[in-house]
Amino acid sequence: MSESKRKWYMVTLIGKDRKSIVSHVTAALYEGGGNLGETSMMRLGGTFSIMMMVEFPGRKKELQDALSTVTDSMDLHLHIDQIDAKLHEHKIPDVRISVYGADRAGIVSKVTTVLAEAGLNILDLESDVAGDKEKPLYIMHIEGEATEGVKALESALQIVKEEDGVDAELVEIDTLIG
Amino acid sequence: MAVLDIITYPDARLKQVAEEVTSFDSALSEFIHNLDETMVAGPGGVGIAATQVGVMQRIVIVDVSNYPRIKKAKHHGHLILINPEILDWQGMKKGREGCMSVPDFTGNVIRAENIVISALDENGNQHEYEMEGFEARAVQHEIDHLDGLLFLDRLVSRRNDLFKRKK
Ligand SMILES: [Zn+2]
Repeated sequence: MSESKRKWYMVTLIGKDRKSIVSHVTAALYEGGGNLGETSMMRLGGTFSIMMMVEFPGRKKELQDALSTVTDSMDLHLHIDQIDAKLHEHKIPDVRISVYGADRAGIVSKVTTVLAEAGLNILDLESDVAGDKEKPLYIMHIEGEATEGVKALESALQIVKEEDGVDAELVEIDTLIG
Repeated sequence: MAVLDIITYPDARLKQVAEEVTSFDSALSEFIHNLDETMVAGPGGVGIAATQVGVMQRIVIVDVSNYPRIKKAKHHGHLILINPEILDWQGMKKGREGCMSVPDFTGNVIRAENIVISALDENGNQHEYEMEGFEARAVQHEIDHLDGLLFLDRLVSRRNDLFKRKK
């Protein structure tokens, strides 16, 4: 079947982290006739989050039913959207940006806003809270495309560093295809 | 002269160890010529190993001189490396790699930042090269191919390595 005829869904599952969520969810999908595309699964705090592209021959309701046993038994919140798959169209990031500093309100918003204005197209962002309760440390890691050049992003980061007292580092990515 | 077909994973030959080259004849120089054309025609154009065209011999070509932003860095230009060996290495650096034999995927890999290698040229004469950065990365990627290793075998997560900074 051609790519356009195949039905793809974005399946999001969220719940309290517990043993074997991934194996139970993926087994249910496999047994129900589903096929995985790109996925991201990780523990955020005490919550486990799953986002996955699923190719499934039936309708949304049928995919929901295929997952109902596992969502009930593991107490997972399920959300499904039909999507346009766009597999095999990976974009290659040309910059990697790390930002870190004392945890403070609005830092992700501030950083991503100035970087967006300077032409950053985010392909991947992860942030984390390190340190301890008294002195939390905020760490953000971005990979993206510098659509208006690296200089613009460097100037933007300089502003954030000065105004918000965070540390930031930009590294240009030279991708080797060998 | 001809552009050869690049084999792609899961072709089993990409996971096999290549044989040492023992005869430096016209067949070898013709093959190297074709391998070079294939490298230039490919999406990367900076390196290729013989095993990527299904020839199980320890031959690698690397040429980072045309890569944007690398042009001005220190490098050796066009290199034919036969039976290459890494004699020494220093430093570790994360960088992004892809591979003509693994289309539409790139990921982060840790490689040595500086290496010393010895290799034979197409006439069988031995040379030693000291290299760094992108060129060193390219050579390590290609030598891996000769040992049946893909960059997929060395992928690292981008998480948890934020504080590895340059010294
Ligand atoms: Zn390769």
